[in-house]
Amino acid sequence: MEVLFFYLVALVAVLSGLIVVTAKSPVNSALALVNTFFCLAVFYVMLHAPFMAAIQIMVYAGAIMVLILFVIMLLNMGVEPHKKPTHIAWGAIGGTLVLLVSILFIQRGDTARAVGNISKDVVLREGHTALIGKAMFVDFLLPFEIASILLLVAIVGAVILAKKEV
Amino acid sequence: MLDSYLPILVLIVIAVAFAVGSVIMSRLIGQKKPGEVKLAPYECGMPPVGSARERLSIKFYIIAMLFIVFDIEAVFLYPWAVMFKRLGLFGFVEMGVFIIILLIGYVYVWKKGALEWE
Repeated sequence: MEVLFFYLVALVAVLSGLIVVTAKSPVNSALALVNTFFCLAVFYVMLHAPFMAAIQIMVYAGAIMVLILFVIMLLNMGVEPHKKPTHIAWGAIGGTLVLLVSILFIQRGDTARAVGNISKDVVLREGHTALIGKAMFVDFLLPFEIASILLLVAIVGAVILAKKEV
Repeated sequence: MLDSYLPILVLIVIAVAFAVGSVIMSRLIGQKKPGEVKLAPYECGMPPVGSARERLSIKFYIIAMLFIVFDIEAVFLYPWAVMFKRLGLFGFVEMGVFIIILLIGYVYVWKKGALEWE
């Protein structure tokens, strides 16, 4: 049942990905990308990583997607006239190579292997979000606080760049 | 454990079915008497002016960028909320410092007038 569900969602994800690269209108591409993001979120949930799923939807489907849409609107891209796509062969070669390398890594690697003292059982017992919380707020306290400075710099930078008198 | 996500799946299925069903049903049983006014893009009752594909102001973009930053701040709150009881006062102070640093950014944005729409 779960395997069947996985293949169903995978099919939707791949089809949406195809629409992203083939759609004529950039807005349609963006919409299909949102669909792909949601499929990935489903995969994260199935991998017992609900926090990743929440990030996938909140940050990627929410915030990043808004940025992509605004870029489309800022660049004023219309619907592409029917144009022959270029560099398809290079894209195909590159994509196939990446796929082969990924398959190699998946076959060589042991995805259920314990990393440090975190094994699959620990994740299932403690919960994924709680483990991340522990790492973030106990073990890596300083980097977490530094991240807030980084976000502050991002805010100030955005304002300085965009608020320049035009 | 995945069973606990069943309600979400049911909700998604119902939402998609309702959306797709509404479109299909109105296609099948709806009346189709197209007119010039009916086919015009709806623009809050105003007559549509010009193309919809115009370059938009950079102001939209800065709002979106600020949204991302505070969105990430909200994401950090998730694992914190899960660990809140175990972290106790320490975690509270820790998150307090984090929020206050970002609050400085918020005040800066506000004072700088980046949220104004002049």
